[in-house]
Amino acid sequence: MSRTGIVVFLVVCVLFVVSWVVKAGTGDPEGHYIRDGFLVTFAAFLTLAIMSFMYKDNPYYKFAEHLFVGVSAAYWMCLAFWSTLVGNLVPRISERLSNAFMVPHQPGEYNFFFYIPVILGILLLMRLSPKGGWISRWPLAFIVGTTAGLNFVRYLRSDFINQINSTFLPLAVDWQGFGHFFSNLSLNATGQFVAMFGNCVIFFGVLCGVIYFFFSKEHTGWFGRASRVGIWVLMITFGASFGYTVMGRISLLVGRLTFLLRDWLGIAS
Amino acid sequence: MRYRPILLFLLILLCFTTALGQEPTDETEGPPDTVVVDSSLLPAPVTNLQARDTEDDNGHSVTLTWDVSTDDGSGRDDVYMYMIYRSMSPEGPFDSVGVAMKGATEHVNSSSKDRAQPDFMPDHTDYYYQVGAVTVGGLITRSDVAGPVQSYGQFFNMGRIPVFVFVVVFCALVVFFVASARKGADLYVRPLAGIEAVDDAIGRATEMGRPILYVLGLGTAEMVATIASFTILGRVAKRVAEYQTKLIVPCYESIVMAVAQEVVKSAYADAGRPDDYDEDSVFFVTSLQFAYVAAVNGIMLRELPATNVYMGKFFAESLLLAETGSIAGSIQIAGTDEIAQIPFFIVACDYTLIGEELYAASAYLGREPILLGSLKAQDLAKAAVVIIALAGLIATTFGWPGFAEALHVEN
Repeated sequence: MSRTGIVVFLVVCVLFVVSWVVKAGTGDPEGHYIRDGFLVTFAAFLTLAIMSFMYKDNPYYKFAEHLFVGVSAAYWMCLAFWSTLVGNLVPRISERLSNAFMVPHQPGEYNFFFYIPVILGILLLMRLSPKGGWISRWPLAFIVGTTAGLNFVRYLRSDFINQINSTFLPLAVDWQGFGHFFSNLSLNATGQFVAMFGNCVIFFGVLCGVIYFFFSKEHTGWFGRASRVGIWVLMITFGASFGYTVMGRISLLVGRLTFLLRDWLGIAS
Repeated sequence: MRYRPILLFLLILLCFTTALGQEPTDETEGPPDTVVVDSSLLPAPVTNLQARDTEDDNGHSVTLTWDVSTDDGSGRDDVYMYMIYRSMSPEGPFDSVGVAMKGATEHVNSSSKDRAQPDFMPDHTDYYYQVGAVTVGGLITRSDVAGPVQSYGQFFNMGRIPVFVFVVVFCALVVFFVASARKGADLYVRPLAGIEAVDDAIGRATEMGRPILYVLGLGTAEMVATIASFTILGRVAKRVAEYQTKLIVPCYESIVMAVAQEVVKSAYADAGRPDDYDEDSVFFVTSLQFAYVAAVNGIMLRELPATNVYMGKFFAESLLLAETGSIAGSIQIAGTDEIAQIPFFIVACDYTLIGEELYAASAYLGREPILLGSLKAQDLAKAAVVIIALAGLIATTFGWPGFAEALHVEN
């Protein structure tokens, strides 16, 4: 470690201790003020360590990253064990194991089905065996194939048929002749013209968008022109989506800054 | 109406029972107050209550229909809701299992199919129902008992016939085109810029002596985008094996990691270099979204990969990954079917596969008859979409609702 690195490390340590002492000193004397002071200070340190990535990769970012990854991996492993194995499987397959884990036994007529995932799980672990590794491909094929098949029907309904239904829009809304249409022409959002224009945009936008996603035909001639309109429609949609999502991200940043300025430094109300 | 005196008597009895059950708090307290309800204040009960198994479902559900109380929307108009009661015996006791709003004439009593849940409702069991009309003042008049009724599941959901038709037609098209491709028919697939750039990017990584980072996203192994990504990973890994470049595949999910390891291993074997396969090149990181991002971002800045490939399902982490890759100076190729994330990849990556292009890419790269055949079938399905949408537009414009109704799918 360079001399600058050591100096920065010492400064960080001193600032950490000072912050801890100050936060503990201003905490509730009847509560866990030492622990609370440490937690707020540590959370602020980790926030700043992650934000330091904007400058460049550094040891503080690495520390926060490894802590985050390690804690989350361990957390998910424990969660999967206690919620999936102990919470769902054990109560259905063994009364003795249920008693051992102190979870209520749930006898059921069809509980033998729960042995199927147990067997698949064991087969999946066979990949650790040098000779029987190939067996682990069977549960993988089962998982991927079954769920893909189930999703096929689900997506066909939600992303295909229901989407087609949504394009069944009348081009002529509340049509009472050209005279009525032109005499009441306005850009009112609930007006006839805007409704008809909106329906046209949706229909032709969908049509050109679908044409863009034709892969087995060359995009030339009128087909190519419709495809170009399709990509323009997509890009305009993506632009709107981008702006909308960025606003959401800024609210996350505001949340972190609020934590630093209010909960840690106490300089914002 | 003839039950009103009985109901009034029961109500008064209930009041007495409740009052007598209370311990006096003060020795000097007098006799408890009683509430006498004028039977004329009770609402008229619902009539013609019918209970039947809910159609086109997987059981554990009963549908009730009735004619509203005469005090709902007419008469005294003081009914504001209906209470649904269920029992396993016509004599009761009846438990409250739901409410319906004023004016409602139907209620679906769906309960859990999980035995462990307190509201579990077994199929093929007799149930009896009552509906109570409730006034604003809290007075309730129950209907006659309806039942017995049993719930059970149907094998075929008639409301999803359009889905069944599309599945059959689509599968037939896939089988036909796969057979054609196997017989040697030339199925054209238009070039995809993002995929054509993959080979160049691998070549660049080899020349620079830097690794290639392949991110499969946050999807699980059974997601369509992840499955498509596996195919592209196979292609990339094969090229990487041929060029003897380093490949890094950090995984978000354990099953995805297992499949990715198999894919990469097979690709190395196909390239004739099974010994070069490094098991540690495909590894699990964590299943927490932003912890995974932190780890991958760290890899990007430390390993400085020449090429980053993001293919699969991505969520809020897409811009974080792509921005860091851009800072690291990597060539970036992305593809996802997550519509909200495509804009971020478009602005931060060199090439982006939009939505279905990701699926087409796997067919384009693999050139396998099964993939090419299904791609051709998809294109025909899209042509059908265009024709049906056009027909629907005409039908709706001219006020023919039958066409839209024929394609309506019940949930």
